[in-house]
Amino acid sequence: MSTTRDTPLSTQPLPDDGGRGPGAPLAQPRLGPRGWLRFLWRQLTSMRTALFLLLLLAVAAIPGSTFPQRSIDATRTAQWITEHPSAGPLLDRLGFFEVYASPWFAAVYLLLFVSLIGCVVPRTRIHWHQLRSRPPRAPRRLERLPAHAEETLDGTPEEVRERLRESLRRRRYRVHAHDDTTLSAEKGYARETGNLVFHLALVGVLVGVAWGHLLGWKGDVIVPVGQTFANTLSRYDTFSPGPWVDPNDLAPYTIRLDAMDVTFETEDTGRGQFGMPRDFRASTTFTDADGSSSRREISVNHPLETGAGSVFLLGNGYAPHITVKDADGTVVYSDATPFLAQDNNYTSVGAVKVPGAEPDDLGFAGFFLPTGVIDDESGPHSVFPDTLDPQLVLTAFSGELFPDGTPQSVYTLDTTAMTPLKGKDGADQLRILLRPGESYELPGNRGTVTFDGVERFAGLSIRTDPGKTLTLVSALLALAGLVLSLVVRRRRVFVRVGPAEAPGRTVVSVGGLAKDDDEGMADEVAAVLTAPEGTR
Amino acid sequence: MTDTTYAQLSNDAVYSAILVLFLALVGYVVYLAKVAPARARGDASRAPARELVAAGGALSSTDGAPASGTADGAGAAAGRAAGPAASGADEAGEESLGARKAAGIARSLTVLGTLLLVAGVVLRAAEVHRWPLGNMYEFALAGAMFTLLGYVAWSTRRDLRWMGAFVMAPVLAVLGSAVSVWYTDASALMPSLRSYWLAVHVTIATLSVAVFTLGAVAGVLYLLQDRIESRAGAGGSFMTRLPPGRGLERMAYSAHVVAFPLWTFTVIAGAIWARQAWGSYWNWDPKEVWSFVIWVVYAAYLHARATSGWKRQNATWIALAGFVCLILNFAVVNVFVVGQHSYSGL
Repeated sequence: MSTTRDTPLSTQPLPDDGGRGPGAPLAQPRLGPRGWLRFLWRQLTSMRTALFLLLLLAVAAIPGSTFPQRSIDATRTAQWITEHPSAGPLLDRLGFFEVYASPWFAAVYLLLFVSLIGCVVPRTRIHWHQLRSRPPRAPRRLERLPAHAEETLDGTPEEVRERLRESLRRRRYRVHAHDDTTLSAEKGYARETGNLVFHLALVGVLVGVAWGHLLGWKGDVIVPVGQTFANTLSRYDTFSPGPWVDPNDLAPYTIRLDAMDVTFETEDTGRGQFGMPRDFRASTTFTDADGSSSRREISVNHPLETGAGSVFLLGNGYAPHITVKDADGTVVYSDATPFLAQDNNYTSVGAVKVPGAEPDDLGFAGFFLPTGVIDDESGPHSVFPDTLDPQLVLTAFSGELFPDGTPQSVYTLDTTAMTPLKGKDGADQLRILLRPGESYELPGNRGTVTFDGVERFAGLSIRTDPGKTLTLVSALLALAGLVLSLVVRRRRVFVRVGPAEAPGRTVVSVGGLAKDDDEGMADEVAAVLTAPEGTR
Repeated sequence: MTDTTYAQLSNDAVYSAILVLFLALVGYVVYLAKVAPARARGDASRAPARELVAAGGALSSTDGAPASGTADGAGAAAGRAAGPAASGADEAGEESLGARKAAGIARSLTVLGTLLLVAGVVLRAAEVHRWPLGNMYEFALAGAMFTLLGYVAWSTRRDLRWMGAFVMAPVLAVLGSAVSVWYTDASALMPSLRSYWLAVHVTIATLSVAVFTLGAVAGVLYLLQDRIESRAGAGGSFMTRLPPGRGLERMAYSAHVVAFPLWTFTVIAGAIWARQAWGSYWNWDPKEVWSFVIWVVYAAYLHARATSGWKRQNATWIALAGFVCLILNFAVVNVFVVGQHSYSGL
């Protein structure tokens, strides 16, 4: 992004990078197709456009925080669209629920990056040229420079000039004498270097993000205590691969969940604190592809690095063990069945599906309550997240579990082709309340349902992002470049010496020229001039 | 001592700080009121004087060399004095004894109030047994503390007595909101916040916001001063005691130059932590969105200021827009928007 082209840093002609500036031919009568392209390119790479795109990017990012985003919370997004029947579908079509994947957001940042590259590349060329060139010849009249000082010093012009050369070198100037009476000095090249590094590193960040998107994947799985997860595609509850990922090529390791420790706040009764989670800790046995096992702990902020994906502990909850037997006493279902927590006290919902039951499919849906309370006002709910009084509240249905064969959530029951079982007392809907160890005999000679006990489950998320190192390194480089470009000052100092009237004395004239706004330039000139006296 | 004692002491320190800082505010206001008319009379005859120079920049007065900054002629040509920020001895004589006394008392009170607030934050840490940056109340305390520390540190390098009132006012507003609206009893942290990244990420974020605040104060004063300067024959207001617009604009810029890299670091550190805690370094969580928006807006400010074709006034407006985003990010996104950063404790 070209900056400050018309500040008077340079007294030499600028290298030609397209000749933008006051005299640029913006309004010529006939441009022709190539001329138009050049014109558009210059418009795109101009600072004004870059600024406009930056502000546009800021504005375009905001809807992602005001509307629910599908990638973060699909349920809430669907709910929002349902609640706003007129605006919802329209906004959905415009991409407001997937802002950061929408074409218009991509258009803004891609244009911005094209503009950035179109500006930084020519500037890199110029800077490379300047880094290898000598400071320019001193202008004839130093007193016309923005900072200037003149003094008469002891010593011949030659001696004084050498002293000043030393002084400038000590101040880290690059010094060159174009002739016998002047010095040209320049420093602060790191400012532009930092500026260019910053902008190029931003490209690195973008490439890293894109790389991670294309080649990364993430999968989520719920593992009850005592069970083992094998890293194959079919074991994942959800799996979202990047476009270039082969999901059948996963490293064959297994993770067994040995224990899941959760601590909740029981002492602090301050506002909103009682019952808040304090610690989640999953003890696992990790077996890698070679078959060697080790005990590994996964907790929040401490993922398990497997070398082929990092395992994060992102969720937890309860998996009541439920057994269903038919009328003959044969077990038709027996499993730790995860129920998903709906609130901070782990009021959890889930479903049990028994396709092989007689005479037709059986389904149960309902709540698991770690510390259950049932009242008329808010129905069955939990009042504390730990298992102080675990209860299972179920309703039962019979009929067809999978009427159209489409995949459905394991946590909800599709009751469109099912009828509720009636209560024994004639109620429309049978309600079953079970505590651990209790069984219930289903009406109509359908067998029994038993709540054997409850285990915790761990919600594991396994992710890879091959672009993250590039992104991190680029981001840190960008930060370093940014600091350089903001802190370092680009300064030029010119010196001219001449014999004074008194013998053995020399008139020194020092002029200073700073790029950008530099309030310290006068001090700098004065310091350069006084230094040789101090060393006398 | 028990936690309850610490809690009581911390709250006492914070309330005392509020009282002391309020008195400091009064002192600074008295100072501005006392110096205003004196300046108004003496102004017209004064030549454009020295630019803001860091005290101790003794070299600027070399042998009658025009010590005005690089290209300052144009900026100072509005015929206005440089204000008390110029460190020359001639300035001191023009302030009445009362004005100097008021400013001196205000400054001592500022230092005292700052120390009390530091004590409040440290005692809070002792009370909660963790880094004291876990909820809105603690963010607000730390933000106010860093703003005061920044102001005190900056004013050791140049005369900033004129700025005192404009720093105390927002700091008091934040502290007032902290104790009345955002107050949260001591509590342990939820698991995802238990990480040393809390100390890194949130501390730098708070520090950055504090420096942005100082920059925004200078920016607002610049826009006001600029408006006054463009009106011919203005004078008599306390604003004539402030540095000229150009100097204020520079101060605003230098604050932003410090704050912007800090904010960049905040975002990077946040991303590293997000990867540890949530599995992905960028999730477009509402707080992340707004951090990104703030970063982009301030980046636009730095670009606008570096572009010669852009007016400094317009650039400053962009910086102030960035500050509005900061405030929204803290006061609105924390409280009203659901996201993974919902740690407000409210």
